[in-house]
Amino acid sequence: MIANLLNGDNVVFTGVNIILAWGVYLSLMTGTLTFAMAAFMAIGAYVAGVLTVNFGWPLAPAALAGMAACFFGGLMVGFPALRVRGLLLMLVTTGVTFSVQVGIENIEYVGGVQGIRGLSGTTPAIVAGSVFVIGGLLWILSHSPLQRIFDAAREDESVAASLGINIVFVRVAGFAVGAALAGYAGVLWGHYVFFIAPQNFGILESVFFALFVVLGGVNNMWGPVFGAVIITLVPEIAREFGSGFAEYRQLFFFGVLVVLLLFRSQGVLSFRTISLKAPIKGLRPVTSVSEERADD
Amino acid sequence: MTDSGPETNPPGTLDGTGKPVLEIDSLTKAFGGIQAIDGVSLTVNDGEILGIVGPNGAGKTVLINMVSGFYRPTSGSIRFNGQKIDGLPLHKVGRLGIARTFQNIRLFNRMTALENVLTAIKQHTTHPILAALAFAPSRQGIDEAMELLDLMGLTARANQGAGELPYGDARRLEIARALATKPKLLLLDEPAAGMNEQETGELIEDIRKVRNRLDAIALIEHDMTLIRALSDRIIAMNYGKIVAEGSSKEVLSHPEVVEAYLGTDEEEDG
Repeated sequence: MIANLLNGDNVVFTGVNIILAWGVYLSLMTGTLTFAMAAFMAIGAYVAGVLTVNFGWPLAPAALAGMAACFFGGLMVGFPALRVRGLLLMLVTTGVTFSVQVGIENIEYVGGVQGIRGLSGTTPAIVAGSVFVIGGLLWILSHSPLQRIFDAAREDESVAASLGINIVFVRVAGFAVGAALAGYAGVLWGHYVFFIAPQNFGILESVFFALFVVLGGVNNMWGPVFGAVIITLVPEIAREFGSGFAEYRQLFFFGVLVVLLLFRSQGVLSFRTISLKAPIKGLRPVTSVSEERADD
Repeated sequence: MTDSGPETNPPGTLDGTGKPVLEIDSLTKAFGGIQAIDGVSLTVNDGEILGIVGPNGAGKTVLINMVSGFYRPTSGSIRFNGQKIDGLPLHKVGRLGIARTFQNIRLFNRMTALENVLTAIKQHTTHPILAALAFAPSRQGIDEAMELLDLMGLTARANQGAGELPYGDARRLEIARALATKPKLLLLDEPAAGMNEQETGELIEDIRKVRNRLDAIALIEHDMTLIRALSDRIIAMNYGKIVAEGSSKEVLSHPEVVEAYLGTDEEEDG
């Protein structure tokens, strides 16, 4: 059964979902629960798709262009949008998903509701490699001072600001980098499925991407991975039990989700990675440090 | 300050230049119809510890909230080292060199004690992108943070969650975190609230220890032991106005101050 799961489709779709989950996670880590990820996924997929299909670009530079478009799109949306909080912000990001979807439907150049076909080039190896590289970068982040700045901004925004942390910068940066990740996921996904259309990037998709993180846990980089893998593969596992069960898999899946949110609302993996432990044994003699400081 | 021997602070012996660090001019703050601050003017001078006393609701915390950028004044001006700071965003006030602690302790409870201090290290807060690139967190930042923890006697607690710290240690950690921003002016909002006599005594020693790292300290407190021990000068407030100013002896025996405090049980304050 497990062997059946290890095919190209599942590797690509799971990998893409992990990258999307990390995008949501980056944004959420800085205090923004976003339902705009499908929009950025669409922008990435369409920008890169037009470049590869209509202009014959290779996949790598097209992917970079798609990510850049999403990053700047994230900045443009982020600066005005991140002034609001909580429910309002969710509504704003939901609005972004709707607008981008409707916007693409009305651009004849990219096929309107018909979408674009002919995207190709993504291989399971590229997706797996991307997951490892992005994961590595996130791992570095989670042990860097920036992680603490993010955590502080999320835990107590005004105290963090009074310590000299530019909250707007931190939140917009987190949102825009998250958007770029979603864009990259869109590029990979689009160039694997060959055909993309606006209906692939609706609000339901955005909600799913947010659920990866809500289910898995928001406090460390592994929670989103867990959520993305489970949500992607559970339907596939369910399929193994025959079509009778498959009809109920959505019901089963959302049932589990409701139970989980009731009893473990912080997500399955909710531990916070300690960014740095004190080197108490290797501590330099403090007196010498004090003397240095007194001089300056 | 560095070689003054036993660190007692008799009024009048300031170590700084004595020029104003903080200048507040006819400041007001209204919440709806309530005038929380009603025309306050004061200065905090280089080298001094200014004590601010007054009954609950006198506007002391509102004042500190305005100086640190949490509230915007309704009118009046606040200058820090000559620069107008009212209306500046919070992080700019913080970067200019004003740090504070909170009446109700506000640590990052999900982090360890060390992480709380590291979060505030100035080089990281001002250059967050460089902070991400410094993968092996710079040795200097850790040394700085550990030195501050050590100064506050918290070395052994470095890896403990801030949310698990006993009350007194949490207060000390807040001071260490504030110092990590390399402030020039430190605002302490009721640092001794909820402490017993012995803890207050330790806190007095701790504040004396950090004094030489700062240009000036402004201190809100109900605990008169701490106020007397530390303040070079005292301002008494009531109903959003300054009612008395001077040495601790003068102010604490001032009739209006006595009247304001009369019938107030100090132990219940804060």
